[in-house]
Amino acid sequence: MLRNRVIPILLNDKGGLVKTCKFKNPVYIGDPLNAIRIFNNKNVDELILLDIGRTRDGVSPDFELVRRVVSECFMPLGYGGGIRTLADAQKLFAFGVEKVILQTITFQNMKVLEEIANFSGNQSVSISVDVKRNRHGTPKIFNSSLGKVLDLNISKYLKDLENAGAGEIVLTAVDSEGTFGGFDLGLLSLFKDTLHVPLVVNGGAGSIEDFQTAIDFGADAVAAGSLFVFYSPRRGVLISYPASIDFNKRIVQVDPN
Amino acid sequence: MFKIITVANVGLGNFASVANMYKFLEIDVQIIEDPQTITEVTHLILPGVGAFDPAMRSLEKSGWKDAILELTPDTKLLGVCLGMHLLTNGSEEGLLPGLGLIDASCKRFNETNLRVPHIGWNNVAPKKKNSLLSLEDSSYFYFSHSYFVECGNQELALAMTTYGQTFTSYFSQGNVHGVQFHPEKSHRYGMNLLRKFASL
Repeated sequence: MLRNRVIPILLNDKGGLVKTCKFKNPVYIGDPLNAIRIFNNKNVDELILLDIGRTRDGVSPDFELVRRVVSECFMPLGYGGGIRTLADAQKLFAFGVEKVILQTITFQNMKVLEEIANFSGNQSVSISVDVKRNRHGTPKIFNSSLGKVLDLNISKYLKDLENAGAGEIVLTAVDSEGTFGGFDLGLLSLFKDTLHVPLVVNGGAGSIEDFQTAIDFGADAVAAGSLFVFYSPRRGVLISYPASIDFNKRIVQVDPN
Repeated sequence: MFKIITVANVGLGNFASVANMYKFLEIDVQIIEDPQTITEVTHLILPGVGAFDPAMRSLEKSGWKDAILELTPDTKLLGVCLGMHLLTNGSEEGLLPGLGLIDASCKRFNETNLRVPHIGWNNVAPKKKNSLLSLEDSSYFYFSHSYFVECGNQELALAMTTYGQTFTSYFSQGNVHGVQFHPEKSHRYGMNLLRKFASL
């Protein structure tokens, strides 16, 4: 049967791997290629690489970096950051990128999502949806390249994405990101009830048990950044990934490395 | 004949990733865009990502359709994902006929109780002894698709996978093989399969 994927998310900015907390204070932690090689050796299910600076700086993807990264991957790689046109997506697919991940362009022009989905099939297009809760706890869509909360109706936005051809949604709870405090299960349920396409949840994973909880709550796949690429100022960077997780039997084997 | 794995670049598909995996395995591989330029082909891989009709039109326009029909049955042929669909009679996804090399057709997953597309790692269970998958080891491969293959001739369905329903994940007849999953994205399992294909 279909296994629930466990996906490391790597954040890149100006050619370097960074970690953030609640989407703030990026700290440089190393070369993305090294991390990718390690994850490739660990046979991870899938990898997501998000370049958080491209759209913010108004530039296209760093195609050369992506080409080098993908050439080291023998599992699917999803790439997001600065993709604005069908041509951008086509170039990435030609390198071997499995999925393009969009966000900002969906706030500006859904037609680009449609064009890419028509070209590659909707299974090759994921949308990164970031959500922040306001002071009343109400979830709001967050435009992460601008650092601004948007006034969009979440259900309508998700339905529009599906209608335009999105094949998968990656939901990140901004307030939980980098906190190790657990996933935002309320958000998960809200998205799960609205969506027909697969849902990947991200933001806040503190342990393997959090993954199990998210799966129990209906996530199709789980993702994490800080849990797999752990950074501490004194000890540096530790890259890890569980050797195997069987969500159906709650058996976890921890990678001795 | 000097053996080299030929990967067709028809504009869509993970030809780069398939070639990368063969390079890692230290097996000679070439990516070819124009079929007119090839002289000898022992093994041909047809990757595919996208939609049925645009892919069939691409095959026709580029000359790959004629090249593939000429090269079979002597050349070992492997269709991957949409490439597998193109080998069949046709798909619910489009109106154009497929290459018709395997008696099978493609249908859409029923979305009533299922999240579509089928994305992720799923089990591929061989039905009988075959050239690409071992019967003893359970294998998992990466799938990413909304349409699946149903064999008209059940003898040709050599491995099955279940998602909502059971469908053919590997078919073969003579030198023609098709896999629904992505061996080029399935690390060690994919390497085993691509290595076995190369050794045919």
